[in-house]
Amino acid sequence: MHTLEELKSIATQVRRDIIRMVHACQSGHPGGSLGCADFMTALFFNQLRIDPAKFSMDGKGEDMFFLSNGHISPVFYSVLARRGYFPVSELATFRRLHSRLQGHPATLEGLPGIRVASGSLGQGLSVAVGAALAKKLAGDDKLVWVLMGDGEQQEGQIWEAAMFAGARKVDNLIGVIDYNGKQIDGPVDEVMPLGDLKAKYEAFGWKVISFDGNDIAQTVDTLNQARNKACGGQPQLLLMKTEMGMGVDFMMGTHKWHGSAPNDAQAASALAQLPETLGDY
Amino acid sequence: MEIKIFGHKDTRSGFGDGLLELGRRNPKVVALCADLTGSLKMDAFAKEFPERFFQTGIAEANMMGIAAGLATGGYIPFTGTFANFSTGRVYDQIRQSIAYSGKNVKICASHAGVTLGEDGATHQILEDIGMMKMLPGMAVVVPADYNQTKAATIAMAEWDGPVYLRFGRPKWPIFMPEDAPFVIGKADQLTEGEHLTIVATGHMVWIALLAAQQLDKEGIRAEVINMHTIKPLDEAAVLNSVRKTGCVVTAEEHQMAGGLGESIASLLVRQMPVPMEMVAVNDRFGQSGTPEELLVEYGLDADHIVAAARKALQRKG
Repeated sequence: MHTLEELKSIATQVRRDIIRMVHACQSGHPGGSLGCADFMTALFFNQLRIDPAKFSMDGKGEDMFFLSNGHISPVFYSVLARRGYFPVSELATFRRLHSRLQGHPATLEGLPGIRVASGSLGQGLSVAVGAALAKKLAGDDKLVWVLMGDGEQQEGQIWEAAMFAGARKVDNLIGVIDYNGKQIDGPVDEVMPLGDLKAKYEAFGWKVISFDGNDIAQTVDTLNQARNKACGGQPQLLLMKTEMGMGVDFMMGTHKWHGSAPNDAQAASALAQLPETLGDY
Repeated sequence: MEIKIFGHKDTRSGFGDGLLELGRRNPKVVALCADLTGSLKMDAFAKEFPERFFQTGIAEANMMGIAAGLATGGYIPFTGTFANFSTGRVYDQIRQSIAYSGKNVKICASHAGVTLGEDGATHQILEDIGMMKMLPGMAVVVPADYNQTKAATIAMAEWDGPVYLRFGRPKWPIFMPEDAPFVIGKADQLTEGEHLTIVATGHMVWIALLAAQQLDKEGIRAEVINMHTIKPLDEAAVLNSVRKTGCVVTAEEHQMAGGLGESIASLLVRQMPVPMEMVAVNDRFGQSGTPEELLVEYGLDADHIVAAARKALQRKG
């Protein structure tokens, strides 16, 4: 287990990785990646019961994680590499020809840590429900986690899966929504307001917990709380408030950095705000 | 030329009976259905293996995703709904969560083609073979009768990777022996002949046999190939036959675009160009009617295959 200071330091390096990956290939999604860096760090370094050296597709006997909003692949790849799933140096191949680090996560290239392709939104919750059912069938008491975007909640399939998970009491499942309030075209409230997500999930039979996903202490507490309450007859939803672009001043408070890469000067400015902690790749 | 018939049964019952047998043989087999358990004949499996059966309600996209998740966990999921909702409605889910993700999901699709009958065009999908065969790594299996659908269902569990299994609603003659071996990707040659090759799939194999009987009376000997696997295509079976006969007719209950005929044409134009005719639906949607009426209306009856055969033979010279 890592201390809060250690987790903060890892999250800072993860943010550096994100900026450097997206800058190097001049494409990718830094905003949401930066916003989820604290959560992904807390999840992979303090929460998930996993053994990166023994990664298996079926994830038997360990917790499983699925990324539904696949465009925030930079934060996923960085955390996987830093956690030991594959060499950190491979982050340099992000979005390049023949790389295992596709723009959006994929399994065909055989990158350890990835169990399903994602990028076309709305599908991850269904897959996680299936994986959770498989764990129940196999008598495996570990948990299935899935991260979704808030804009992604606009997809109808999310609600098919939410309905199923609640109705069938898929209680070894923990869904997390990155509630940063922004999507490509602008604020979620303008593009397509989501209404009361807490009430909506609760209506489908979920237990909902809200927290600040950029407060690492609160994040660690919330994840522990969710794990301890798992398997109590209800699936759980963590409504995670984050700031898109968190950690880089000029990327915060706007949807502009959802899917655009910083130029050289912007990258230098961003990296100056995020001093190296674990060493660059 | 005589064809032995063992009775009449719907191909979907072959799926249901195959699935039940598979459930008894293989504890990894699980099944999902989107509110069509009776139509897909999955009730026996659901009753005998309630813990391995998942009713998803009318939510096909979610069903495909859950299947991908179950496959990730090491199970072999069989999804069941109508062919229309098994493909077009969930193409993106199949593409991303199943095919591109390399998941071992078996997509089982009933009520395909115009022989569905009275329900009409909304349900008579004629594009599904094309959509599924275009997906990298997706096998496409279209068995010809009850016995073969049962055998194909059982064989699919051993196939490593996603499979699309297409079958139908009406009772249909059973002409494949119960114990006939079924190998995905290995076609059945049903008759021997030297004048013409007829390559057919699904319900149309029976109609191709009727056409071959008619041709036989005129002294034209046709080789009928039951191409139950559209992908991977048994190229050797086609080339060996066409090398002998020099012309070919394909027959399918599907759009001409994207179907079996196009797969055969693509093979022949690259390796052995010969006169060829395609019996298929030509850029039309279906409509209500009896299966028999619709087969005639859409040019899929034995007379149309015979006419196509004459045209191909004429061009052969």
